Amino acid sequence: MSDPVVADTRRLNSKPQDLTDAYGPPSNFLEIDVYDPQIVGVGRGRYTTYEVRMRTNLPIFKLKDSCVRRRYSDFEWLKNELERDSKIVVPPLPGKALKRQLPFRSDEGLFDESFIEERRSGLEQFINRIAGHPLAQNERCLHMFLQEETIDRNYIPGKLRCDFDDDLPKSSNM
Amino acid sequence: MHLIFRIFFGFGQSADIDIVLNDAETRKKAEHRSEDGRKDKYFLFYDGETVSGKVNVTLKYPGKRLEHNGIKIEFIGQIEMYYDRGNHHEFVSLVKDLARPGELTQSQTFDFEFTHVEKPYESYTGQNVKLRYFLRATVGRRLNDISKELELVVHTLSTYPELNSSIKMEVGIEDCLHIEFEYNKSKYHLKDVIVGKIYFLLVRIKIRHMEIDIIKRETTGTGPNVYHENDTIAKYEIMDGAPVRGESIPIRLFLAGYELTPTMRDINKKFSVRYYLNLVLIDEEERRYFKQQEITLWRKGDIVRKSMSHQAAIASQRFEGTSNPEKFLGHNAEEDTG
Repeated sequence: MSDPVVADTRRLNSKPQDLTDAYGPPSNFLEIDVYDPQIVGVGRGRYTTYEVRMRTNLPIFKLKDSCVRRRYSDFEWLKNELERDSKIVVPPLPGKALKRQLPFRSDEGLFDESFIEERRSGLEQFINRIAGHPLAQNERCLHMFLQEETIDRNYIPGKLRCDFDDDLPKSSNM
Repeated sequence: MHLIFRIFFGFGQSADIDIVLNDAETRKKAEHRSEDGRKDKYFLFYDGETVSGKVNVTLKYPGKRLEHNGIKIEFIGQIEMYYDRGNHHEFVSLVKDLARPGELTQSQTFDFEFTHVEKPYESYTGQNVKLRYFLRATVGRRLNDISKELELVVHTLSTYPELNSSIKMEVGIEDCLHIEFEYNKSKYHLKDVIVGKIYFLLVRIKIRHMEIDIIKRETTGTGPNVYHENDTIAKYEIMDGAPVRGESIPIRLFLAGYELTPTMRDINKKFSVRYYLNLVLIDEEERRYFKQQEITLWRKGDIVRKSMSHQAAIASQRFEGTSNPEKFLGHNAEEDTG
Protein backbone atom coordinates (compact mmCIF):
# COMPACT_ATOMS: atom_id res chain seq x y z
CA MET A 1 0.00 0.00 0.00
CA SER A 2 1.46 3.34 -1.07
CA ASP A 3 2.33 5.74 1.68
CA PRO A 4 0.29 8.96 1.33
CA VAL A 5 2.56 11.98 1.70
CA VAL A 6 -0.15 14.46 2.73
CA ALA A 7 -2.93 13.53 5.12
CA ASP A 8 -6.52 13.85 3.95
CA THR A 9 -7.95 16.74 5.97
CA ARG A 10 -11.27 17.10 4.22
CA ARG A 11 -14.24 17.59 6.52
CA LEU A 12 -16.25 14.60 7.58
CA ASN A 13 -19.70 14.32 6.08
CA SER A 14 -22.49 15.75 8.18
CA LYS A 15 -26.23 16.03 7.90
CA PRO A 16 -27.46 19.35 6.55
CA GLN A 17 -29.11 21.43 9.27
CA ASP A 18 -32.86 21.89 9.29
CA LEU A 19 -33.60 25.57 8.58
CA THR A 20 -36.10 25.88 11.41
CA ASP A 21 -33.40 24.66 13.76
CA ALA A 22 -30.88 27.05 12.29
CA TYR A 23 -33.03 30.17 12.40
CA GLY A 24 -35.60 29.35 15.06
CA PRO A 25 -35.35 30.33 18.73
CA PRO A 26 -32.67 28.30 20.52
CA SER A 27 -33.85 25.57 22.91
CA ASN A 28 -31.88 27.10 25.77
CA PHE A 29 -33.88 30.28 26.25
CA LEU A 30 -33.97 31.21 29.94
CA GLU A 31 -34.16 34.74 31.28
CA ILE A 32 -35.00 35.81 34.80
CA ASP A 33 -35.52 39.41 35.75
CA VAL A 34 -35.45 40.63 39.35
CA TYR A 35 -37.04 44.10 39.46
CA ASP A 36 -39.64 46.41 40.98
CA PRO A 37 -38.48 46.55 44.62
CA GLN A 38 -41.37 47.36 46.99
CA ILE A 39 -41.16 48.05 50.68
CA VAL A 40 -43.74 46.06 52.60
CA GLY A 41 -44.94 46.51 56.18
CA VAL A 42 -44.52 49.24 58.80
CA GLY A 43 -41.92 50.42 61.28
CA ARG A 44 -39.26 47.94 62.34
CA GLY A 45 -41.02 45.04 60.57
CA ARG A 46 -40.48 46.45 57.14
CA TYR A 47 -38.83 44.46 54.36
CA THR A 48 -38.29 44.70 50.64
CA THR A 49 -39.81 42.37 48.05
CA TYR A 50 -38.77 41.97 44.43
CA GLU A 51 -40.62 40.77 41.37
CA VAL A 52 -39.00 37.63 39.95
CA ARG A 53 -40.10 37.06 36.38
CA MET A 54 -38.95 34.02 34.43
CA ARG A 55 -39.28 33.50 30.70
CA THR A 56 -38.11 30.23 29.22
CA ASN A 57 -38.67 27.53 26.62
CA LEU A 58 -36.98 24.76 28.60
CA PRO A 59 -39.38 21.83 28.88
CA ILE A 60 -38.42 21.14 32.50
CA PHE A 61 -40.24 24.27 33.68
CA LYS A 62 -44.01 23.87 33.76
CA LEU A 63 -44.71 27.54 33.07
CA LYS A 64 -42.99 29.28 30.19
CA ASP A 65 -43.71 32.67 31.70
CA SER A 66 -44.03 33.08 35.46
CA CYS A 67 -44.02 35.96 37.89
CA VAL A 68 -43.67 35.82 41.69
CA ARG A 69 -42.73 38.13 44.57
CA ARG A 70 -39.78 37.20 46.72
CA ARG A 71 -37.76 38.72 49.56
CA TYR A 72 -34.09 38.29 50.44
CA SER A 73 -34.73 35.55 53.01
CA ASP A 74 -36.52 33.53 50.31
CA PHE A 75 -33.36 33.58 48.26
CA GLU A 76 -31.43 32.47 51.34
CA TRP A 77 -33.87 29.60 51.82
CA LEU A 78 -33.31 28.49 48.21
CA LYS A 79 -29.53 28.63 48.62
CA ASN A 80 -29.68 26.50 51.76
CA GLU A 81 -31.99 23.93 50.18
CA LEU A 82 -29.71 23.54 47.18
CA GLU A 83 -26.57 23.33 49.28
CA ARG A 84 -28.12 20.60 51.38
CA ASP A 85 -29.75 18.47 48.71
CA SER A 86 -27.60 18.80 45.64
CA LYS A 87 -23.92 18.46 44.90
CA ILE A 88 -23.78 21.86 43.27
CA VAL A 89 -21.42 24.56 44.37
CA VAL A 90 -24.03 27.28 44.84
CA PRO A 91 -23.00 30.78 43.76
CA PRO A 92 -22.87 33.46 46.47
CA LEU A 93 -25.75 35.75 47.37
CA PRO A 94 -25.26 39.47 47.87
CA GLY A 95 -24.41 40.24 51.50
CA LYS A 96 -26.78 40.05 54.47
CA ALA A 97 -25.94 43.65 55.38
CA LEU A 98 -26.49 43.21 59.12
CA LYS A 99 -24.85 46.53 59.80
CA ARG A 100 -27.55 48.26 57.82
CA GLN A 101 -30.14 46.91 60.27
CA LEU A 102 -28.58 48.80 63.19
CA PRO A 103 -30.15 52.10 64.28
CA PHE A 104 -28.59 55.56 64.13
CA ARG A 105 -27.37 55.31 60.54
CA SER A 106 -26.86 58.43 58.48
CA ASP A 107 -28.53 56.79 55.46
CA GLU A 108 -31.76 54.81 54.99
CA GLY A 109 -30.12 51.52 56.09
CA LEU A 110 -31.79 48.57 54.41
CA PHE A 111 -34.02 50.82 52.39
CA ASP A 112 -31.30 52.96 50.94
CA GLU A 113 -31.86 53.27 47.18
CA SER A 114 -28.37 52.42 46.05
CA PHE A 115 -28.22 49.47 48.46
CA ILE A 116 -31.49 48.09 47.13
CA GLU A 117 -30.24 48.42 43.58
CA GLU A 118 -26.97 46.66 44.46
CA ARG A 119 -28.91 43.87 46.13
CA ARG A 120 -31.39 43.56 43.29
CA SER A 121 -28.56 43.18 40.80
CA GLY A 122 -26.84 40.56 42.94
CA LEU A 123 -30.06 38.57 43.35
CA GLU A 124 -30.69 38.67 39.62
CA GLN A 125 -27.20 37.35 38.91
CA PHE A 126 -27.63 34.65 41.52
CA ILE A 127 -30.96 33.33 40.26
CA ASN A 128 -29.93 33.33 36.60
CA ARG A 129 -26.78 31.39 37.39
CA ILE A 130 -28.52 28.80 39.48
CA ALA A 131 -31.58 28.34 37.25
CA GLY A 132 -29.33 27.54 34.30
CA HIS A 133 -27.58 24.71 36.14
CA PRO A 134 -28.77 21.30 34.86
CA LEU A 135 -28.61 19.80 38.36
CA ALA A 136 -30.43 22.67 40.04
CA GLN A 137 -33.22 22.35 37.46
CA ASN A 138 -33.88 18.92 38.88
CA GLU A 139 -34.63 20.19 42.39
CA ARG A 140 -38.23 20.83 43.48
CA CYS A 141 -37.21 23.80 45.60
CA LEU A 142 -36.06 25.74 42.54
CA HIS A 143 -39.36 25.20 40.75
CA MET A 144 -41.34 26.19 43.81
CA PHE A 145 -39.22 29.31 44.24
CA LEU A 146 -39.65 30.44 40.64
CA GLN A 147 -43.15 29.35 39.74
CA GLU A 148 -45.36 29.03 42.83
CA GLU A 149 -46.91 32.07 44.42
CA THR A 150 -45.76 31.26 47.95
CA ILE A 151 -42.96 29.15 49.27
CA ASP A 152 -44.16 26.29 51.43
CA ARG A 153 -41.34 25.86 53.92
CA ASN A 154 -42.86 22.55 54.99
CA TYR A 155 -42.61 21.07 51.54
CA ILE A 156 -41.10 17.68 50.86
CA PRO A 157 -37.71 18.19 49.23
CA GLY A 158 -36.91 16.04 46.23
CA LYS A 159 -35.94 15.65 42.62
CA LEU A 160 -38.04 15.98 39.51
CA ARG A 161 -36.40 13.25 37.43
CA CYS A 162 -35.69 9.97 39.19
CA ASP A 163 -33.15 8.54 36.76
CA PHE A 164 -30.89 11.60 36.81
CA ASP A 165 -27.27 10.96 37.69
CA ASP A 166 -26.65 12.99 40.83
CA ASP A 167 -23.00 12.17 41.16
CA LEU A 168 -21.81 14.90 38.86
CA PRO A 169 -19.39 17.36 40.39
CA LYS A 170 -18.90 20.93 39.16
CA SER A 171 -17.41 19.53 35.97
CA SER A 172 -19.92 17.20 34.40
CA ASN A 173 -18.48 14.08 32.79
CA MET A 174 -20.67 13.04 29.92
CA MET B 1 29.65 6.46 43.63
CA HIS B 2 31.88 7.25 40.65
CA LEU B 3 30.85 10.89 40.65
CA ILE B 4 32.06 11.47 44.23
CA PHE B 5 35.41 9.91 43.48
CA ARG B 6 35.75 11.98 40.36
CA ILE B 7 35.33 15.20 42.35
CA PHE B 8 37.89 14.22 44.98
CA PHE B 9 40.42 12.61 42.71
CA GLY B 10 39.63 14.68 39.62
CA PHE B 11 43.06 16.08 39.44
CA GLY B 12 44.54 12.69 39.95
CA GLN B 13 42.65 11.06 37.08
CA SER B 14 45.41 9.85 34.87
CA ALA B 15 43.48 9.08 31.72
CA ASP B 16 40.60 10.33 29.59
CA ILE B 17 38.12 8.07 27.87
CA ASP B 18 36.31 8.91 24.72
CA ILE B 19 33.67 6.89 22.85
CA VAL B 20 33.33 7.52 19.12
CA LEU B 21 30.82 5.78 16.86
CA ASN B 22 32.01 4.46 13.51
CA ASP B 23 29.12 6.11 11.69
CA ALA B 24 29.25 9.38 13.63
CA GLU B 25 29.46 11.32 10.34
CA THR B 26 26.43 9.75 8.69
CA ARG B 27 24.15 8.75 11.52
CA LYS B 28 21.16 11.00 12.12
CA LYS B 29 20.68 12.77 15.43
CA ALA B 30 17.37 13.27 17.17
CA GLU B 31 16.32 15.95 19.63
CA HIS B 32 15.39 14.74 23.07
CA ARG B 33 14.31 16.74 26.07
CA SER B 34 16.34 16.01 29.21
CA GLU B 35 15.06 15.92 32.78
CA ASP B 36 15.89 19.57 33.41
CA GLY B 37 13.89 20.61 30.35
CA ARG B 38 16.80 21.28 27.98
CA LYS B 39 16.65 19.97 24.44
CA ASP B 40 19.77 18.21 23.20
CA LYS B 41 20.67 16.16 20.14
CA TYR B 42 21.75 12.55 20.38
CA PHE B 43 22.63 9.81 17.90
CA LEU B 44 19.45 8.05 16.79
CA PHE B 45 19.17 4.27 16.70
CA TYR B 46 16.44 1.81 15.78
CA ASP B 47 15.76 -1.69 16.99
CA GLY B 48 18.10 -4.26 15.50
CA GLU B 49 20.79 -1.82 14.40
CA THR B 50 24.41 -2.56 15.17
CA VAL B 51 26.22 -0.20 17.55
CA SER B 52 29.93 -0.07 16.76
CA GLY B 53 32.76 2.31 17.34
CA LYS B 54 36.02 2.94 19.12
CA VAL B 55 37.01 3.64 22.70
CA ASN B 56 39.98 5.99 22.97
CA VAL B 57 41.93 5.82 26.22
CA THR B 58 44.28 8.81 26.38
CA LEU B 59 46.97 8.89 29.03
CA LYS B 60 47.30 12.33 30.60
CA TYR B 61 50.94 11.88 31.53
CA PRO B 62 52.45 10.01 28.58
CA GLY B 63 55.43 8.71 30.47
CA LYS B 64 53.40 7.41 33.41
CA ARG B 65 52.01 3.87 33.20
CA LEU B 66 48.34 3.26 33.87
CA GLU B 67 47.57 0.15 35.89
CA HIS B 68 44.01 -1.16 35.47
CA ASN B 69 41.70 -4.01 36.39
CA GLY B 70 40.33 -4.39 32.88
CA ILE B 71 38.78 -2.18 30.23
CA LYS B 72 35.25 -2.82 29.01
CA ILE B 73 32.37 -1.23 27.18
CA GLU B 74 28.67 -1.77 27.96
CA PHE B 75 25.50 -1.10 26.04
CA ILE B 76 22.71 -0.46 28.51
CA GLY B 77 19.01 0.14 28.25
CA GLN B 78 17.47 1.02 31.58
CA ILE B 79 14.38 2.38 33.28
CA GLU B 80 14.83 4.82 36.13
CA MET B 81 11.96 5.72 38.47
CA TYR B 82 12.48 9.17 39.96
CA TYR B 83 11.12 8.17 43.35
CA ASP B 84 13.55 5.27 43.54
CA ARG B 85 16.74 6.55 41.97
CA GLY B 86 19.01 3.96 43.45
CA ASN B 87 17.34 1.12 41.60
CA HIS B 88 17.87 1.02 37.85
CA HIS B 89 15.91 -1.60 35.97
CA GLU B 90 18.15 -2.75 33.15
CA PHE B 91 16.24 -4.42 30.36
CA VAL B 92 19.21 -4.55 27.99
CA SER B 93 22.73 -5.09 29.28
CA LEU B 94 25.55 -6.10 26.95
CA VAL B 95 29.27 -6.13 27.73
CA LYS B 96 32.37 -6.34 25.60
CA ASP B 97 35.71 -6.76 27.30
CA LEU B 98 38.32 -4.60 25.57
CA ALA B 99 41.37 -5.36 27.65
CA ARG B 100 42.26 -7.85 30.37
CA PRO B 101 43.68 -6.51 33.67
CA GLY B 102 47.14 -5.10 33.06
CA GLU B 103 48.74 -1.80 32.32
CA LEU B 104 48.78 0.77 29.53
CA THR B 105 52.09 2.34 28.68
CA GLN B 106 50.64 4.61 26.01
CA SER B 107 47.31 5.93 24.80
CA GLN B 108 45.32 3.27 23.01
CA THR B 109 42.22 2.80 20.90
CA PHE B 110 39.92 -0.23 21.19
CA ASP B 111 37.32 -1.28 18.61
CA PHE B 112 33.95 -2.57 19.70
CA GLU B 113 30.80 -3.84 18.05
CA PHE B 114 27.42 -4.77 19.49
CA THR B 115 25.79 -6.59 16.59
CA HIS B 116 22.09 -6.25 15.81
CA VAL B 117 21.22 -4.96 19.27
CA GLU B 118 17.66 -5.39 20.45
CA LYS B 119 16.20 -2.03 21.48
CA PRO B 120 12.62 -2.91 22.33
CA TYR B 121 11.42 0.41 23.72
CA GLU B 122 11.59 4.07 22.78
CA SER B 123 13.72 6.49 24.81
CA TYR B 124 11.50 8.46 27.14
CA THR B 125 12.06 11.23 29.66
CA GLY B 126 8.94 11.96 31.64
CA GLN B 127 7.67 13.46 34.86
CA ASN B 128 8.33 10.48 37.08
CA VAL B 129 10.24 8.01 34.98
CA LYS B 130 13.04 7.91 32.45
CA LEU B 131 13.98 5.23 29.93
CA ARG B 132 17.38 5.64 28.41
CA TYR B 133 20.02 3.88 26.35
CA PHE B 134 23.73 4.58 26.62
CA LEU B 135 27.21 3.21 26.05
CA ARG B 136 29.52 3.16 29.04
CA ALA B 137 33.27 2.58 28.72
CA THR B 138 35.10 1.77 31.95
CA VAL B 139 38.73 1.48 32.91
CA GLY B 140 38.70 -0.48 36.14
CA ARG B 141 41.05 0.79 38.85
CA ARG B 142 41.79 -0.20 42.43
CA LEU B 143 40.19 2.77 44.16
CA ASN B 144 38.10 4.49 41.51
CA ASP B 145 37.12 3.47 38.01
CA ILE B 146 37.47 5.88 35.13
CA SER B 147 34.33 5.79 33.00
CA LYS B 148 32.55 7.70 30.26
CA GLU B 149 29.00 7.50 29.03
CA LEU B 150 27.61 8.26 25.61
CA GLU B 151 23.87 8.86 25.64
CA LEU B 152 21.86 7.50 22.70
CA VAL B 153 18.26 7.93 21.63
CA VAL B 154 16.08 5.10 20.32
CA HIS B 155 12.87 5.53 18.35
CA THR B 156 10.37 2.72 17.83
CA LEU B 157 8.73 2.78 14.41
CA SER B 158 5.42 1.38 13.29
CA THR B 159 3.64 1.13 9.97
CA TYR B 160 0.07 2.05 9.10
CA PRO B 161 -2.11 -0.22 11.21
CA GLU B 162 -4.32 -2.67 9.35
CA LEU B 163 -7.29 -1.84 11.50
CA ASN B 164 -7.88 1.81 12.22
CA SER B 165 -11.54 2.36 12.90
CA SER B 166 -13.02 5.76 13.52
CA ILE B 167 -14.35 6.76 16.91
CA LYS B 168 -18.02 7.71 16.88
CA MET B 169 -20.15 8.17 19.97
CA GLU B 170 -23.31 9.81 21.22
CA VAL B 171 -22.99 11.28 24.70
CA GLY B 172 -24.71 13.83 26.84
CA ILE B 173 -26.70 14.79 29.88
CA GLU B 174 -30.31 13.75 29.95
CA ASP B 175 -32.62 16.46 28.61
CA CYS B 176 -29.86 19.09 28.65
CA LEU B 177 -27.18 18.34 26.09
CA HIS B 178 -26.79 15.58 23.51
CA ILE B 179 -23.88 15.49 21.11
CA GLU B 180 -22.43 13.03 18.67
CA PHE B 181 -18.69 13.26 18.29
CA GLU B 182 -16.60 11.57 15.64
CA TYR B 183 -12.84 11.31 15.13
CA ASN B 184 -11.71 9.87 11.79
CA LYS B 185 -9.26 7.37 13.32
CA SER B 186 -8.40 5.73 16.62
CA LYS B 187 -4.68 5.45 15.83
CA TYR B 188 -2.73 8.51 14.73
CA HIS B 189 0.95 8.90 13.85
CA LEU B 190 2.89 11.78 15.37
CA LYS B 191 2.61 14.02 12.29
CA ASP B 192 -0.98 13.10 11.56
CA VAL B 193 -4.10 15.26 11.54
CA ILE B 194 -7.13 14.60 13.70
CA VAL B 195 -10.16 15.17 11.51
CA GLY B 196 -13.51 15.01 13.19
CA LYS B 197 -16.79 16.66 13.93
CA ILE B 198 -19.17 17.44 16.75
CA TYR B 199 -22.87 17.23 15.91
CA PHE B 200 -25.38 18.83 18.28
CA LEU B 201 -28.55 16.83 18.83
CA LEU B 202 -29.94 18.76 21.79
CA VAL B 203 -28.76 22.03 23.30
CA ARG B 204 -30.67 23.24 26.33
CA ILE B 205 -27.73 24.92 28.03
CA LYS B 206 -26.00 28.15 27.03
CA ILE B 207 -22.66 27.10 25.61
CA ARG B 208 -20.00 29.75 25.29
CA HIS B 209 -17.25 27.77 23.66
CA MET B 210 -15.85 24.32 22.96
CA GLU B 211 -12.29 23.09 22.91
CA ILE B 212 -10.42 19.88 22.42
CA ASP B 213 -7.49 19.07 24.68
CA ILE B 214 -4.74 16.50 24.24
CA ILE B 215 -3.93 14.94 27.58
CA LYS B 216 -0.89 12.82 28.26
CA ARG B 217 -1.15 10.41 31.17
CA GLU B 218 2.02 8.90 32.54
CA THR B 219 1.35 5.96 34.84
CA THR B 220 4.09 4.62 37.08
CA GLY B 221 4.09 1.92 39.73
CA THR B 222 1.99 -1.17 40.09
CA GLY B 223 -0.81 -2.49 42.26
CA PRO B 224 -1.69 -0.19 45.16
CA ASN B 225 1.14 2.19 44.31
CA VAL B 226 -0.09 3.27 40.91
CA TYR B 227 0.44 6.95 40.22
CA HIS B 228 -1.05 8.86 37.31
CA GLU B 229 0.47 12.11 36.15
CA ASN B 230 -1.80 14.04 33.78
CA ASP B 231 -0.42 16.74 31.57
CA THR B 232 -2.45 18.84 29.14
CA ILE B 233 -0.27 18.97 26.05
CA ALA B 234 -2.63 21.05 23.95
CA LYS B 235 -5.77 23.13 24.23
CA TYR B 236 -7.38 23.88 20.91
CA GLU B 237 -10.57 25.93 20.63
CA ILE B 238 -12.88 24.52 17.97
CA MET B 239 -15.95 26.65 18.56
CA ASP B 240 -16.62 30.13 19.87
CA GLY B 241 -20.27 30.93 20.49
CA ALA B 242 -23.56 29.13 21.09
CA PRO B 243 -24.49 26.20 18.87
CA VAL B 244 -28.05 25.05 18.19
CA ARG B 245 -29.57 21.70 17.30
CA GLY B 246 -28.47 20.27 13.99
CA GLU B 247 -25.21 22.20 13.88
CA SER B 248 -22.00 20.44 12.96
CA ILE B 249 -18.65 21.77 14.12
CA PRO B 250 -15.55 20.49 12.27
CA ILE B 251 -12.31 19.49 13.95
CA ARG B 252 -8.92 19.67 12.29
CA LEU B 253 -6.04 19.31 14.69
CA PHE B 254 -2.48 18.99 13.36
CA LEU B 255 -0.43 16.87 15.75
CA ALA B 256 2.97 17.86 14.36
CA GLY B 257 2.89 21.10 16.29
CA TYR B 258 2.92 19.40 19.69
CA GLU B 259 5.52 17.52 21.68
CA LEU B 260 4.15 13.99 21.62
CA THR B 261 5.59 10.50 22.03
CA PRO B 262 4.17 7.22 20.78
CA THR B 263 1.68 5.50 23.10
CA MET B 264 3.69 3.28 25.45
CA ARG B 265 1.75 0.50 27.16
CA ASP B 266 3.10 -1.24 30.24
CA ILE B 267 6.77 -0.84 29.32
CA ASN B 268 8.71 -3.64 30.97
CA LYS B 269 5.80 -3.69 33.47
CA LYS B 270 7.11 -0.41 34.87
CA PHE B 271 5.23 2.47 33.26
CA SER B 272 2.78 3.57 30.60
CA VAL B 273 2.31 6.71 28.57
CA ARG B 274 -1.14 7.12 27.09
CA TYR B 275 -2.91 9.88 25.25
CA TYR B 276 -6.48 11.09 25.46
CA LEU B 277 -8.58 13.54 23.53
CA ASN B 278 -10.71 15.55 25.91
CA LEU B 279 -13.68 17.31 24.39
CA VAL B 280 -14.71 20.20 26.66
CA LEU B 281 -17.80 22.37 26.41
CA ILE B 282 -17.98 25.44 28.63
CA ASP B 283 -21.23 27.27 29.32
CA GLU B 284 -21.91 30.87 30.20
CA GLU B 285 -21.45 30.21 33.91
CA GLU B 286 -18.06 28.52 33.42
CA ARG B 287 -19.55 25.09 33.97
CA ARG B 288 -17.57 22.44 32.12
CA TYR B 289 -18.95 19.37 30.34
CA PHE B 290 -16.36 16.94 29.06
CA LYS B 291 -15.82 13.59 27.39
CA GLN B 292 -12.45 11.87 27.35
CA GLN B 293 -11.45 9.34 24.72
CA GLU B 294 -8.17 7.46 24.39
CA ILE B 295 -6.25 7.54 21.10
CA THR B 296 -3.18 5.54 20.14
CA LEU B 297 -0.17 7.46 18.87
CA TRP B 298 2.57 5.79 16.83
CA ARG B 299 5.78 6.87 15.15
CA LYS B 300 6.03 6.67 11.38
CA GLY B 301 9.37 6.22 9.61
CA ASP B 302 10.59 9.13 7.47
CA ILE B 303 9.71 9.36 3.76
CA VAL B 304 12.30 7.62 1.57
CA ARG B 305 13.88 9.80 -1.20
CA LYS B 306 12.38 7.60 -3.91
CA SER B 307 8.83 8.76 -3.36
CA MET B 308 9.90 12.41 -3.50
CA SER B 309 11.15 12.11 -7.08
CA HIS B 310 7.99 10.19 -7.91
CA GLN B 311 6.00 13.19 -6.70
CA ALA B 312 8.13 15.50 -8.86
CA ALA B 313 7.50 13.30 -11.91
CA ILE B 314 3.75 13.50 -11.38
CA ALA B 315 3.93 17.27 -10.96
CA SER B 316 5.82 17.78 -14.22
CA GLN B 317 3.22 15.79 -16.17
CA ARG B 318 0.66 18.48 -15.41
CA PHE B 319 2.55 20.89 -17.60
CA GLU B 320 3.20 18.61 -20.57
CA GLY B 321 2.61 21.28 -23.26
CA THR B 322 5.31 23.68 -22.04
CA SER B 323 7.78 21.34 -20.37
CA ASN B 324 9.15 19.81 -23.57
CA PRO B 325 10.50 22.55 -25.92
CA GLU B 326 12.13 20.04 -28.33
CA LYS B 327 8.80 18.54 -29.24
CA PHE B 328 7.36 21.99 -30.01
CA LEU B 329 10.22 22.93 -32.33
CA GLY B 330 10.01 19.58 -34.08
CA HIS B 331 6.37 20.21 -34.88
CA ASN B 332 7.16 23.62 -36.35
CA ALA B 333 9.98 22.21 -38.45
CA GLU B 334 7.65 19.61 -39.86
CA GLU B 335 5.15 22.29 -40.79
CA ASP B 336 7.79 24.30 -42.62
CA THR B 337 8.77 21.46 -44.84
CA GLY B 338 5.17 20.30 -45.35
